[in-house]
Amino acid sequence: MLRFLLVRFTLIFITLAVVSLAIFGVTEVLPGDVAEAILGKSRTPGALETLREQMGLDRPAWQRYIEWIFGVLQGDLGDSLVQDRPVTEILGSRLQNSLVLAVTAFLISVPSAILVGVWAGVRQGSNADHTVSVISLVAISLPEFVTGFILIVVFSSTLGWLPSSSLVMPGSSPLDRPVILIMPIATMTAVLFGYVMRMTRANVIEALNTNYVRTAILKGLPRWQVIWRHAVPNAMLPTIAVISINVGWMLGGLIIVESVFAYPGLGLSLINAVNRRDLPMLQAISLLIAATYAISNLFADLAYAWLNPRIRISS
Amino acid sequence: MIQNTSAARSSFAQISKAIAPFTSAFKTPAGRIGLPLVLLHVLLAAFGSYLAPYSATDFSDATYVKPFTSAVDGAIPHILGTDQFGRDVFSRLLSGARSIILISGIGSILGVALGTAIGMTSGYLGGKADEIIMRVADGLMSFPSLLLALLVLSVSDSLMWLDGISSAFATGKESILVIGTMAVVHAPRVARVLRSATLTIKTQEYVDSARLRGESAYYIIFKEILPNALPVLAVEGSVRFSYAILLASSLGFLGLGVEPPSPDWGAMISDSRSILTRAPWVPLAPAAAVASLVVGVNLLTEGIRDAQKLPTELPE
Repeated sequence: MLRFLLVRFTLIFITLAVVSLAIFGVTEVLPGDVAEAILGKSRTPGALETLREQMGLDRPAWQRYIEWIFGVLQGDLGDSLVQDRPVTEILGSRLQNSLVLAVTAFLISVPSAILVGVWAGVRQGSNADHTVSVISLVAISLPEFVTGFILIVVFSSTLGWLPSSSLVMPGSSPLDRPVILIMPIATMTAVLFGYVMRMTRANVIEALNTNYVRTAILKGLPRWQVIWRHAVPNAMLPTIAVISINVGWMLGGLIIVESVFAYPGLGLSLINAVNRRDLPMLQAISLLIAATYAISNLFADLAYAWLNPRIRISS
Repeated sequence: MIQNTSAARSSFAQISKAIAPFTSAFKTPAGRIGLPLVLLHVLLAAFGSYLAPYSATDFSDATYVKPFTSAVDGAIPHILGTDQFGRDVFSRLLSGARSIILISGIGSILGVALGTAIGMTSGYLGGKADEIIMRVADGLMSFPSLLLALLVLSVSDSLMWLDGISSAFATGKESILVIGTMAVVHAPRVARVLRSATLTIKTQEYVDSARLRGESAYYIIFKEILPNALPVLAVEGSVRFSYAILLASSLGFLGLGVEPPSPDWGAMISDSRSILTRAPWVPLAPAAAVASLVVGVNLLTEGIRDAQKLPTELPE
């Protein structure tokens, strides 16, 4: 187990190092630097040179990369070009807002998806199973902006029950007005629910066809016990892999959902940074998202190893 | 094998073998809905420009025309209405179909081709090379695809070398970058699946016998392994196509990856936010279009999987 942990940690470290290089490379080494982005098209060569010197852009890229990385490690992500404030100061509340959204959606969709998946899986081929399967297929097929749009049309412009945008005043928390969270969370939940439910269902069906389940049935165990003690735990392993993969997907989904509802989270900041060519902001958010993804993958691997006796005991 | 058939017949046989997984999907309930739905979209994308009654980009005075209203004095009716600038929604939809299906189609074909080549080579070689290739693939996969697309598009202005390519293909830089991102994002995922399929097929007796006959690696990979990996490949292609459509339409919604005058389904939805209460049909049409396309592709995937008895694979 210790060896397993060490290998995983090393891999994460390497991945993050490569990812940080890639992010820096894409946004820095390419022609057209921050100074050009700030001054825009109407620049004079003199002004460009001065600004480059001020910002240290005249030094080689590797030096700036090392400085950037050391800054990041000490919690200094640079200053935003647009807002002229430290990136960390701006992103702090944004990160919290995104976490509220993502964590709630996760906590709602994953347990319910597993329950419904088991429920549908043990009824394979029934009408209830078909209905659930079709609904989940539609849920994973709709892009988030379509799901969000449908919700807005129904609950906001037609029924008038919910606000169509989820603006949060600076300095306040989305939890002060939880009503604005309902539609963004519902949108995120839809797709996540679809994926996890479909995977659970497929794995339960597979587990029910195994010899150990047949043995359990034949030795006269009650049906619920066969399902919950023999089939479900074995069906959970691949499902956890799907959940961890979905965390990465969720981070992408956040970008869309936050722009649909104008919800001030990391995703919306990212879009703004892209549109305004705010490079330090762009680098910081990308790195944050990539790191979250890598760490959630680590947790999934740990959960997988912990649940899987073959890994837990042997290594 | 003795080659006495005509070249035309053998190429016909090859094509029918390659599309066999898709036609077999038609025998399943999911495929019976999915396949026609996808074909309809592809046909509309291909021939839509002949069907479109109006220009997709020209403004007109007939603003906010409701869908299905009969036309005045002999003009072609606006079947799906018009938007705030008087543009025909149906014509815009057809034009958008072409761009999203072309971009997603080319992007996923490139990704699948690249991934197949890498995955089969890796699986066939085995050993250290295989391990290194798969580690790199894992690393590439640890980056969310939408984020990569955003990063690449955010620097598109600075990529001077792309000007030549984009003018050669008579398209914008954005489309090229989106297609390139799709290929890079999809290749490692396809490679993983094809590698494991190759590992399974490699141990079959017919591969052993080909090796004992002294066939070359090229022959074994292309004549023995690839034909037997076709069902897996068909499912992968279909899955990748659906993710490509989601990526392309999401980028369009965010206002990236499309050149402003050309209509894009995602952009059509985000542009009509302000007229949602007055003209809900304007965003509703592209929403229904993208939804039916992805549902169709996903049903087709299900159909191929059921018909070929393949297990459910992990998503993304």
